[in-house]
Amino acid sequence: MNAPLTEEQKIIHFLNRVTFGPTSAETDRVKNTGIFPYLEEQLHPEKIPDPAAEEKLAQLKTVRLSSRELLELYPPPKQAKSRGMDISPMQTPRFVIFELQQAKLLRAVYSRRQLYELMVDFWTNHFNVFAGKGADRWLVTSYDRDTIRPHALGRFRDLLLATARSPAMLFYLDNWLSVSPDAVMNRFRPNAKPGPRQGLNENYARELMELHTLGVDGGYTQKDVMEVARCFTGWTIRRPRGEPEFLFNARMHDPREKVVLGARIPAGGGTQDGMKVIDLLSRHPSTARFIATKLVRRFVSDDPPVSLVTQVAKVFRESDGDIKELLRAIVESPEFFSPEAVQAKVKKPLEFIASSLRSVGAETNASPALLRYLVRMGEPLFLAQPPTGFPDVGSTWVSPDMLLARINFVTDLSNNRIPGTRANVDKETTFAMVAPEFQRR
Amino acid sequence: MDFSRRLFLKTTGFGLLALGLPPSFLVRAAEGETAKRGKILVVVFQRGGMDGLNAVIPFKDRAYYSLRPTIAVTEPSSGEERAIDLDGFYGLHPALAPLKPLFDKSHLAIIHAAGSPDNTRSHFDAQDYMELGTPGIKSTPDGWLNRVLLQTSNDRNPFQAVALTQRLPRILAGKAPAVTMTSIEEFRLRDSFLAPTLQRFYANVNDPILRQGGDNLFEAMRVLSTVEATLPPVAADGYPIGRFGDSLKQISRLVKANVGLEIAFTEIEGWDTHVNEGGTKGQMANRLKDLAEGLTAFYRDLGDRMEDVVLLTLSEFGRTARENGNRGTDHGHANVMFVMGGRIKGGKVYGRWPGLDPAVLYEGRDLALTTDFRAACGEVLSRHLGQKDLTRVFPGYQVPSRALGLIV
Repeated sequence: MNAPLTEEQKIIHFLNRVTFGPTSAETDRVKNTGIFPYLEEQLHPEKIPDPAAEEKLAQLKTVRLSSRELLELYPPPKQAKSRGMDISPMQTPRFVIFELQQAKLLRAVYSRRQLYELMVDFWTNHFNVFAGKGADRWLVTSYDRDTIRPHALGRFRDLLLATARSPAMLFYLDNWLSVSPDAVMNRFRPNAKPGPRQGLNENYARELMELHTLGVDGGYTQKDVMEVARCFTGWTIRRPRGEPEFLFNARMHDPREKVVLGARIPAGGGTQDGMKVIDLLSRHPSTARFIATKLVRRFVSDDPPVSLVTQVAKVFRESDGDIKELLRAIVESPEFFSPEAVQAKVKKPLEFIASSLRSVGAETNASPALLRYLVRMGEPLFLAQPPTGFPDVGSTWVSPDMLLARINFVTDLSNNRIPGTRANVDKETTFAMVAPEFQRR
Repeated sequence: MDFSRRLFLKTTGFGLLALGLPPSFLVRAAEGETAKRGKILVVVFQRGGMDGLNAVIPFKDRAYYSLRPTIAVTEPSSGEERAIDLDGFYGLHPALAPLKPLFDKSHLAIIHAAGSPDNTRSHFDAQDYMELGTPGIKSTPDGWLNRVLLQTSNDRNPFQAVALTQRLPRILAGKAPAVTMTSIEEFRLRDSFLAPTLQRFYANVNDPILRQGGDNLFEAMRVLSTVEATLPPVAADGYPIGRFGDSLKQISRLVKANVGLEIAFTEIEGWDTHVNEGGTKGQMANRLKDLAEGLTAFYRDLGDRMEDVVLLTLSEFGRTARENGNRGTDHGHANVMFVMGGRIKGGKVYGRWPGLDPAVLYEGRDLALTTDFRAACGEVLSRHLGQKDLTRVFPGYQVPSRALGLIV
């Protein structure tokens, strides 16, 4: 088991990690081009023509619409009623999320920009937003398209800033409500209707440091959480269900001096306070280490080798968080191709379903019937409630009901019992797909 | 064999499987049941925010009638379409009539003005807080029912905790294992002919996580097939038609089959009554009817076994004391909890009544809270499940030293 990998094993292992599952076509391509040139290709998705995925996505109605248009065309049921609209099930907010899930699954299966899609998934999970929370039902479509996707292979700082300014995140982690304790609009008004705006909300500030950048042991204090929250007061949304756009509201902002992680942020900075925090956090060594750890966990193993984490963290610091450089550092490392890394990861449900469909060359429209298996396996796309997103450790995904759902999915796929999905699967392949080995990548 | 399939089999390591060894789980299964009658907690979550003020009506508080000109339930006297008197102050909504005999038998307790102390009026946040058991703190990694399991966890019984839902609810998420299923009948292989092959694959794989996963799965299926064989579903059983009734029926079968169930969870939706809530009839009345029929069917179905069972209800928040312009109510604060069981000191509405006078309403609009849901749940955990350390279940919360006295 500990012999070095053969060239063919290397290719399959590589494809298992940088795609949603090997297909014979991709394996052939890597054989011809070589692993590292193929990686370079994948790191420049804009240069890879992708007609198959585009054709599939062209059928979807909502993924190209703005949040405003979605609110207008797919209104909350209550509002629809009062507007006298006769709403079909195809015109509810639920449908918007459903198409988003469809798009993600179709891309995972059909896109030739596999590494890019996989990184979009990684960052979506890292910067998780629960699409079921209130106004987020209309905001996550744009979050996926305009916040995550443009930066998935870019610079970490740009991605972090994009999420900080996104209405979806501002709503999900409540920062849009966060008001300076002594802000103008928060002063006592005797006849004011009691509303939700009641002062500082630390939720975003805490998760920003704990989950998005430094990590829980990244060296910040409760005081830092408060200071960061004060910096971000005024980063809000014009109107979540009407004009869902980023707005810096100076009246909500705390203009006084702040000290974040020992760095002084002078009074009167306005919107610059938050920008300074983004810069500070995205360049902090704890962030380099935290992001490196998560990436190595994704690409190598549940227990990320310390040597590689240290190396990738160094690349993070030296490249100013260039995501492409981080991926090169991982794939080019000896740890990536070590025998211990082979099959070290349990596929999460999206990976399991996509890799199954890819390996048998299935034809699918990602119907609700197919998406339901993802729910049963524990990964309803865009619907992870906690800000941590879905966990990236194997033991999470093998409870009896989840494992049963995996096996039944394969059975139904093999017998063509999934509406909207067709494949030609022989007995031998069915056995291979239900085997424990295929649960891993 | 074409290349993709060869690749496929190679990738999966299919060819490396050692076949033919006796599966360990079958040996264990042959050792027989360790059936025992333990204590069971069933949690019903009413998602959407039930209007507690119309479920259990404070008919003696005259403010109730002035706040709710079109949706108030008339105070009790003879005749239907009126509240059912409980104690001269509170009355049950007429749709909850089936619960009255349980209340009279002292097997149903009600807690009024109970809930989560956090002031959020977001469904999402309020449900989260209630399920995490830490109002105001979102970073709690696990649900409080899961933390209960961590304290009591016995030998890997797959059915110690079961959620009758589509996906694992946050209240049960965490380190301790819990099974999610929609029904006993559905928890089976779609192709039973695969079973022997699967068992061989999973029992012999050199992969602790998946070997254990497979082991648990086959054990779970074995137990459930026994339940199916010994306790087939009965047709006319009194459970209301629909997801809620079905889920209680499944829980009752698991209880009766002694599969080692300790915690069960289910939910009932449709409480978000902003528009045309209705009074004695209408939307809300229909939900209450479903709830009451479900609970009473469960109670009757379990009979004596209710001695071992406590069922309690949670809902993320109550609703505004005042009805709104659409003959409905908006998101509010304190609510009503129901606690049912054979050893419940029922027949009583617990909790101090804060009043509905505008001056005492929470933030000027909602029923104020006088009982933290964690006080009620904590009491059930310690007195019913024998939970010792409640601070681990509800970190940062001190359960009041004076118990409500819910349990005999």
